[in-house]
Amino acid sequence: MRTPFLVSLVGKLGPSAWLALSGFMLLTLILIPASHLLLDDGHPLHISSYAITLMGKILCYAIVAVAMDLIWGYAGILSLGHGLFFALGGYAFGMYLMRQIGRDGSYQSDLPDFMVFLDWKEMPWFWWNSDSFGWAMFLVILVPGVLAWIFGYFAFRSRIKGVYFSIITQALTYAAMLLFFRNETGFGGNNGFTDFKRILGYDITSPGMRTILFCLSALLLVKVLLLSYVLVKSKFGRVLTAIRDAESRVMFIGYQPLHYKLFIWTLSAIICALAGALYVPQVGIINPSEMSPANSIEIAIWVAVGGRGTLIGPVIGTFIVNLAKSFFTVSFPEYWLFFLGFIFIGVTLFLPDGVVGLFRKLRSRFKKSATDVSVSHKEAA
Amino acid sequence: MSYVLDSNQPKPDGLNNPENAPGEAGTSHILVPGEVDLTHNVILYLDDITVSFDGFRAINKLNLAIDVGELRCIIGPNGAGKTTMMDVITGKTRPDSGRAFFGQTLDLTRMSEPEIAHAGIGRKFQKPTIFEHHTVFENLELAMKADKRVWRSLFAALDDSQRDRISETLKLIRLTAHADHQAGLLSHGQKQWLEIGMLLIQEPRLLLLDEPVAGMTDDETERTAELFVSLAGKHSLVVVEHDMAFVEALGGKVTVLHEGSVLAEGDLATVQNDQRVIEVYLGR
Amino acid sequence: MSRIQRWIVFCLFVLGSNTVFAAPDSALLKQLASDDFDVRLAAITQLGSQEDPIAKRIIEALDQDTLAKSGDQLLIYDGEKAVDPVSGGNIAVIPANIENISLNNQLRQALDTAKASAKLFSTDRSTRFAAANQMRENAVESMLPILDKALATETDADIKQIIGLASARIRLTSTDPKQRLAAAKKLAESSDANVIALLQSRLDANTDSTATESDNEVRGEIALSLQSIKKRIKFAESVGTVFTGLSLGSILILAALGLAITYGVMGVINMAHGELLMVGAYATYVVQGVFRQHLPNFIDWYVIAAIPVAFFAAAMVGILIERTVIRHLYGRPLESLLATWGLSLVLIQAARVIFGPQNVELANPNWMSGGITLVGDVVLPWNRIVIVAFAAFVLVLIWLMMSRTRLGLFVRAVTQNRTMAGCVGVPTGRIDTLAFAIGSGVAGLGGCALSQIANVGPAMGQGYIVDAFMVVVVGGVGQLAGAVWAGMGLGLLTKFLEGWTGAVIAKIAVLIFIILFIQKRPQGLFALKGRFVDS
Repeated sequence: MRTPFLVSLVGKLGPSAWLALSGFMLLTLILIPASHLLLDDGHPLHISSYAITLMGKILCYAIVAVAMDLIWGYAGILSLGHGLFFALGGYAFGMYLMRQIGRDGSYQSDLPDFMVFLDWKEMPWFWWNSDSFGWAMFLVILVPGVLAWIFGYFAFRSRIKGVYFSIITQALTYAAMLLFFRNETGFGGNNGFTDFKRILGYDITSPGMRTILFCLSALLLVKVLLLSYVLVKSKFGRVLTAIRDAESRVMFIGYQPLHYKLFIWTLSAIICALAGALYVPQVGIINPSEMSPANSIEIAIWVAVGGRGTLIGPVIGTFIVNLAKSFFTVSFPEYWLFFLGFIFIGVTLFLPDGVVGLFRKLRSRFKKSATDVSVSHKEAA
Repeated sequence: MSYVLDSNQPKPDGLNNPENAPGEAGTSHILVPGEVDLTHNVILYLDDITVSFDGFRAINKLNLAIDVGELRCIIGPNGAGKTTMMDVITGKTRPDSGRAFFGQTLDLTRMSEPEIAHAGIGRKFQKPTIFEHHTVFENLELAMKADKRVWRSLFAALDDSQRDRISETLKLIRLTAHADHQAGLLSHGQKQWLEIGMLLIQEPRLLLLDEPVAGMTDDETERTAELFVSLAGKHSLVVVEHDMAFVEALGGKVTVLHEGSVLAEGDLATVQNDQRVIEVYLGR
Repeated sequence: MSRIQRWIVFCLFVLGSNTVFAAPDSALLKQLASDDFDVRLAAITQLGSQEDPIAKRIIEALDQDTLAKSGDQLLIYDGEKAVDPVSGGNIAVIPANIENISLNNQLRQALDTAKASAKLFSTDRSTRFAAANQMRENAVESMLPILDKALATETDADIKQIIGLASARIRLTSTDPKQRLAAAKKLAESSDANVIALLQSRLDANTDSTATESDNEVRGEIALSLQSIKKRIKFAESVGTVFTGLSLGSILILAALGLAITYGVMGVINMAHGELLMVGAYATYVVQGVFRQHLPNFIDWYVIAAIPVAFFAAAMVGILIERTVIRHLYGRPLESLLATWGLSLVLIQAARVIFGPQNVELANPNWMSGGITLVGDVVLPWNRIVIVAFAAFVLVLIWLMMSRTRLGLFVRAVTQNRTMAGCVGVPTGRIDTLAFAIGSGVAGLGGCALSQIANVGPAMGQGYIVDAFMVVVVGGVGQLAGAVWAGMGLGLLTKFLEGWTGAVIAKIAVLIFIILFIQKRPQGLFALKGRFVDS
């Protein structure tokens, strides 16, 4: 069943897309790791651990942005709660990382530090088997997937859409944030999880582990892009955009939009969760503020800046906004919110198709003017 | 309540009237779940349907029966309940009381829109609704009769016979040259035709057409009428229309709706001479 | 005063109960000068049981912090001259080592009670009322004769009731079972949580034997009284919960009304709506500053002056938002949502730059502080009562505007069918701007109200947008009545849930409730039905 798709995929993706993809993989899987691991600190081409962590972080964000684009750009569903799935993935993997600390925490206990601090004698039931890597990966997919499915089922079944859906997802992540802020919830309250030491027994801060996590992020992004490409180019993708444009028409020709939306919604949530699981070991902390509504809505602006309804757009947008953020928060911290605010306004008002749309427009105008010039040349001759 | 002009018209008990199902009466048949049971030659039967919005009765105890292969026109002044009736049949609006049968067994009031579409009812809206961002070809591909579940759509690929069907339909609706154009760029009349094409390729047993020739040129209207007449027999059609010339061209039986119930029924000439109909249309 | 200390005091008085109504003897005066805290406490309390000028003089001196001692000798010394408390005459030679007899909170409390016993016979009703209230919780056995005397002469029913309770509290420990029985009966009328503890201690077997009731009949009566007090307190608490629910509901309504108007008319969620609340609150803050500077005599009325200022400030910002952003995104609700979110970020940051990142301080005017004591500990604060009334006032205004003015007619027309309204000559563009200004202004009013009960800071508005939108969703889009019912309903529901689940779980439960509610009523409580709805 799968081979014909891979074959057709090779055919469908144009040569420039393959070129860009292999260029990206060469850069992220060979050049950057080599520079980080093999070159000395002083070398001009050396990539510092700060830089590689920052890029790994942004790669994770880019995965989230592509997931967001799948539902917003293609299915027309704007989620303002995707940060929740991202954070849940992070928390699920964070539990494993907490257990990997073992007795090296400040209390030298088998229990994670925050539990000792709360005077808990044993782990709550949902920490069962949390020291198993496989189980952690299973939870990373299961928990956000099931939550997204249940929420989506009820929301889509009652045909909640548009602004309604957006605000309710925002309320969802807000409620979850309040829940995780409580100490009794069992996920470290305010402070969340931090001070990780190891993954699978290997030191989490070593350059090798950093590089591996970075490469995994890059690989996941490529995989998600390819998967998304297959999805949106299939009949499924066409039904999805049809639902976006005229949902009632789709129903009257016999498709059940509920199932289509539910599928892409759940898939998008799971992709977010995977990105979250990769993000947490790289930044070394996960806490409830990842679930704040502001974080989720920022994801939407990455997509909008890059250009929604395209697959490369969200990736570009994520890099633009996050690099700008790194720059502003270091150099002009007071102006970052002004800048971000004006990006929101400016992009929606003046760049509805984002940077990619702008590029396309410019290119077609350039082509047009080029042909105009040639025509006038002929006339002159 | 409803005033029936034509005494041959099946009465509400016409469902079991053997005259309407020649050759089928008495013979036992096997019921297949989900399949439309047409044994009594009636494809659609509305039984005492009432729909009200905030106390206003949009449809008031409406009874209506459509035969298999029939071409029925429905006329009536604004607010007579024509569109609401279509909403009830296609599952968009749930009636406050009454039932709507598709064939003998399927109760439409208990089915969702996609289920109804799947059972074989296609609908054309008053305002053409097509997928503007898809090409004409893709519009037809999406509408084409197929397994429309998620998993199938993920791995669906067109085979040759399906391609042939699409190009046939393109030819029928005269959009072959526009197959790869974005549907949103078509003219209003072309959009109407595309929607009709989407309806046909769905292979429904019953087509509901809400003002299908609005915005069409005379030439296009004429061609549409020809198309509908040729479809009757193979499909059952219910056409809501204001354009009397078009209704005349279709030549089928005409039902006049007024204030949510049937005011008159019969061929166009009879209906037009009916005193009540004249009153309703020319002021009271 | 803890219970054990009270018992000590009681014991002291059993010994010296003959001294009641007699002039304070020298022993009592010595006790006042004692270093032992409990002895002083007992002495002060006993002063309250006596009605003579000497006791009065000493109490007054204590109250004014002028009672002093020199060795064992008591004297009243105000820094210039010394007076002998017994004779009232000046002391010619001021002793050298004068030490002030200072009061801590507990002694102050006992002194207040002692003072109150004198005030029970004041001619001013409110003085007597306050005194009786003071006695209700703090009277001791030696004061019984005074209480009985007051009971006999008191004419006001309320005060009589309070004094009766005070006396019953004391008689509950009487040696006469009949008196105890009567007291237990009488205490059933109380609604004081302390009385519950007192009655309970009479029933509990494990406290010391003097404190436990031995008579079975009295025990039964006490149990009955306990029940009725608990019932009354529970009722009062439910009233209190209903009230806090109403006040939360009023705030939700103030926040949601504006949103209901703007969302109803333009189909656009203004994510900066919460920041319009903030603008209103900061406008109130600015008005307070102006009053402090220029009109300090009228500072109590700054809130009234702030109402129109908050309205217009928020309305102006609203017009700006509508003209610069929302107008250009018509028909693209999701983009409007993002753009207005961007605006909210800008407004928050602007507030930070202008007013600083910390919360600013707003003082309640005097007439808004305090509250109505319902029963026992249940107090309905004035500022919340004012907010409920204010919300009702705003509602009436909006309702009048919507139903009685031409503008309201137009707004309703545009809400129901924009195209049709445009066709019959409603200037939809101007109506949009006006409706947006009014909706924003109402948010400003909400901010002005909020400033009186919540923190005012740059990010204060963020929490309200979701809540306000939930109210609009539950109420039904474009339905002001819906917003009112939904606001009140959600306010009450939240507060009742908070009572037994805590705030966070209550919030989550309400959210789940809303999601389930939408399953049943996708159009909200008050749906616009018909063919036009979901085009």
